[in-house]
Amino acid sequence: MNRSYEVMFITRPDMAEEDLNKLISTLESSVTSAGGTAKSEVWGKRRLAYKVAKFHEGIFVLFIMGGTGSIVHEVERRLRVTEQVIKFITVRTDEELKRLDKIKKIRDARKKTSVATPAAPVTPEAGTEPAPTTA
Amino acid sequence: MAEETKTPSAPAASTGGEGRSEGRSEGRSDARGDRGDRGSRGPRPGGGPGGPREGGRKFFRRKKVCKFCVEKIEAVNYKDVRLLAQFVAESGKITPRRLTGVCTPHQRRLSKAIKQARNIALLPFAGRVQ
Repeated sequence: MNRSYEVMFITRPDMAEEDLNKLISTLESSVTSAGGTAKSEVWGKRRLAYKVAKFHEGIFVLFIMGGTGSIVHEVERRLRVTEQVIKFITVRTDEELKRLDKIKKIRDARKKTSVATPAAPVTPEAGTEPAPTTA
Repeated sequence: MAEETKTPSAPAASTGGEGRSEGRSEGRSDARGDRGDRGSRGPRPGGGPGGPREGGRKFFRRKKVCKFCVEKIEAVNYKDVRLLAQFVAESGKITPRRLTGVCTPHQRRLSKAIKQARNIALLPFAGRVQ
């Protein structure tokens, strides 16, 4: 069962960049070795809406992955073990993406039909327009 | 357009809607005090022109519209803090639909997204972001 998830986690604000990169690469490799796909986005330092582990700010990282539930389990375990990570949340995104795709398709189809009807009388004009430029 | 988005607070406030927070406090005092006032609020057509209320004054009420339907925002995501913050009161509470005019399906997604954003410290559970 292939699903897509995104895990957002917050690390301590004083975490070194190389440590963060190392953490991300280990997460990515663990996902890819388990047969999933992984992508990550570092949001950088942000203020927290409330105090977490005595910190007022943290480094936000968005980790997007695809695969099975066991991959999520493994990633969450790793995050829990890592002391630098102060908070994380996993959100399943495939159903939402599917829904958005469907809506987009419907909207595109509607746009096409609305464009196609006025396009028919316009085409002779469109044909005449480029003619002067070539001549 | 800008006026339309401002006015949704009006229907809740019986004395006139200057701001969203005012509308909220009005609603709260209603709930605490005379509940009979609440009963009259129930059957009122949503967003339609309101009938005469206490004091015999009549208010013109602009029809509230769902921001997500109008602007065709389909992706209500917990990461979009700026969007979500518009639907959170200063106390940190999710603003009710009757004040914002958001339609039911979108309010459902919105509240879910707000709750997720709270969990990852993007939005506060209570109070505003310091």
